[in-house]
Amino acid sequence: MATVDLSQFHQTFFEESHEGLDAMEAALLALDSGSTDHELVHTIFRAAHSIKGGAATFGFADMAAFTHVAESLLEEVRSERRAVDAGLIDLLLRSLDCLRGMLDRTSRGQPAADAGSEALRAELAQLVAGAPAPAAVQASAAPATGWAIRFVALPHLLQTGNDPLRVFNELQTLGRLEVLRAFVTESAPADFAALDPGQCHLGWELRLHGAVARADLDAVFDWLDGDCELAIAPLAAAATEAVVATPVPVAAATPAAETPAPAREATVASGAGHTDGGSIRVGIDKVDALIDMMGELVITQSMLSDIGEHFDLSQLERLREGLAQLERNTRELQDSVMRIRMLPIGSVFNRFPRLVRDLERKLGKQVRLELHGEHTELDKTVLEKIGDPMVHLVRNAIDHGLEMPEQRRAAGKSETGTLTLDAHHEGSNIIVRISDDGAGLSHERIRAKAVERGLVSATQPLSDDEVAELIFQPGFSTAAQATDLSGRGVGMDVVRRNVRDLGGSVGVKSVAGQGSVFTIALPLTLAIIDGLVTTVGAERYIVPLISIVESLRLPADAVRRTAGGGEVFRFRDEYLPVIRLHHAFGCADAVTAIERGIVVVVEDGGQRVGLLVDELVGQQQAVIKSLEKHYQQVQGVSGATIVSDGSVALIVDVGGVVRLGRRGKAA
Amino acid sequence: MHEHHAGTAATVQQLTFSLAGEEYGVDILAVREIRGWSRVTRIPQASAYMLGVLNLRGAIVPVLDLRLRFGLERESYDDNTVMIVVAVAERLFGIVVDAVSDVVDIDPATVKPVPDMGAIVDTRYLKGLTTHAERMLMLLDVEKLMRPEDVETLDAALPAVREVEVAA
Repeated sequence: MATVDLSQFHQTFFEESHEGLDAMEAALLALDSGSTDHELVHTIFRAAHSIKGGAATFGFADMAAFTHVAESLLEEVRSERRAVDAGLIDLLLRSLDCLRGMLDRTSRGQPAADAGSEALRAELAQLVAGAPAPAAVQASAAPATGWAIRFVALPHLLQTGNDPLRVFNELQTLGRLEVLRAFVTESAPADFAALDPGQCHLGWELRLHGAVARADLDAVFDWLDGDCELAIAPLAAAATEAVVATPVPVAAATPAAETPAPAREATVASGAGHTDGGSIRVGIDKVDALIDMMGELVITQSMLSDIGEHFDLSQLERLREGLAQLERNTRELQDSVMRIRMLPIGSVFNRFPRLVRDLERKLGKQVRLELHGEHTELDKTVLEKIGDPMVHLVRNAIDHGLEMPEQRRAAGKSETGTLTLDAHHEGSNIIVRISDDGAGLSHERIRAKAVERGLVSATQPLSDDEVAELIFQPGFSTAAQATDLSGRGVGMDVVRRNVRDLGGSVGVKSVAGQGSVFTIALPLTLAIIDGLVTTVGAERYIVPLISIVESLRLPADAVRRTAGGGEVFRFRDEYLPVIRLHHAFGCADAVTAIERGIVVVVEDGGQRVGLLVDELVGQQQAVIKSLEKHYQQVQGVSGATIVSDGSVALIVDVGGVVRLGRRGKAA
Repeated sequence: MHEHHAGTAATVQQLTFSLAGEEYGVDILAVREIRGWSRVTRIPQASAYMLGVLNLRGAIVPVLDLRLRFGLERESYDDNTVMIVVAVAERLFGIVVDAVSDVVDIDPATVKPVPDMGAIVDTRYLKGLTTHAERMLMLLDVEKLMRPEDVETLDAALPAVREVEVAA
């Protein structure tokens, strides 16, 4: 026994524990909304018990100790010696967040316990022991002389549209800001070549001097939830501990300060837990289907090799049949393999009940969350990346969309607003809809703001849809008055960009007084695209079908040279620039005369351009292969694929080529 | 670390190949396969020595020409052209050389540092020199081959950067 290396099971333990915590959270939220189902309490207890058992087995003593106390408390609830009230649920939710943080730290090889978890454990223990919670150990929560802040960006911080600079600027408006230390985090790759400039690997230790209210401070970091690790402690308390030069945050020096610091920190960590894409759980039915398919393939293969052994022309028909069968088997196998990567969107939906509950409390609004189509499946990669844009939209809907209860009553609506998340398939796309029955977009305000920001002129006639489109423009922030939740310029443009990166689109429909509907359309998978195979010189390039508007052959005189050396042609009612793919990609021996090549009109981000290629070969499904795995990213190329003769063809990244073309002209 | 049947534990095995009349060696543990020339797909915006990518059993693998990398010229690519596929840190790439010669045991103690050889050979990509069968053998540092020059310059500056702490 002693020789078994337990570390090989750690990953499984982390995954199962996260699942257990998710189940606990769902059950707690159900209890919170007034359900009295006793089974819910059992679910919570069981999950806590398994985590405790696992943690003890693998020697994670801190976590085992923490869950042990939580379990004792739950045991009292289970045996009905303790009543479930809002305070208890709140405490348990905070414990969950704390456990998530501990799991994440353990999986990164850091000590699980920190000041926050210790304080929370003490709070739980005291409750179990029958003593009242230490409501005011350091009740002198009077505005301190300042705050000690440890702010560590998670790598994806910049991708959510956040900017540490903004944080510093805002902190400076609150008081005198002092930077004690700035450092590079462990997440930074050791190899500089591997550094992705879109990622942030920095952390800061800050002091904010002045009588600043905790709530104001929290407001600054609100949008960074899940994008950073944060510890905040009053300066007076921190000053004594600051001598201890450990980087461990002194978060919980005041466990019962008005906003509990441990809870904050842990919510932050919960977002990060979903990022590592180690493994997926696959239903046994999918694996069985795969094995069936494999069996078929083997039979077909043996049949074909049998024909091949003693082949004569009389067997030509059988050979054809065999090949057709092989094609069918291959396609089915491909589908089955792809389905392994497909996971239900429910795992993303599940994080919203908690978010909605927290926002409700914070904003004083009443929200009913409805989820539809949780079982809709989509590719794991898409699934992992769709969460953040959705969180953004949900926050926006609750903050801006839904009105305060009294306003709703005045408008003749029920006081409780409804937020609906819905997912379903449409062709090869998945559609996710986020709708609210709030006030809808205010077209006048959006227009006024856009004029103010110089996005449109005051006289430009715009349809309602066009006005709604304006909110996706960079630099547009919807809130007329910045609340602490949104309206900081972290805008819908980030949402759109994130969705675009996944090959999808996002749009909005809104009726004043009745609500808004945001619709995200996403491809089912990122692994296969429909492409048009073109040739340029000796090379073949694949243009994604989804971005092609039309392909045409232009007469020589249809293309005009512009002053800057560019070329344009008239397409329907607009003039489009021509990008010569052989220029952009530097191909020799390509067709240079416009009238002998083909112009493929493509669209990216609402902008259309014509790509000049030599010839069109045909349509093909392309399995996208990464160029980066063994080489590096190439501008204008989104990946590579293998064509029927076994050679490699590059897939054109339309947006990248447009940028390349523009740069080429500037040079 | 690894033992090979042909030598003692102290020796390392090198695959030797010739390039422009000189003998080079590459650590055999990095070599995945040796294959003949097949057409590659050109990559936009790549350096001249980067010939392109090819399909290696479903993986898209870049191929570079060592002659071009060292600033020499290559007349043609044909069936006699040889490519060594190497793996560095899970990344695969192909190196086109003139001919593959042999696998030899090298005692690390005999490896000498690279003297400045002037402009003939780019010494940045060499780990060291040794003698085998009375001939000079240049040991190739495959890791450095794939790096663009600007990254190398930055790399040199990087260790200092990582330790910077700002006190305001």
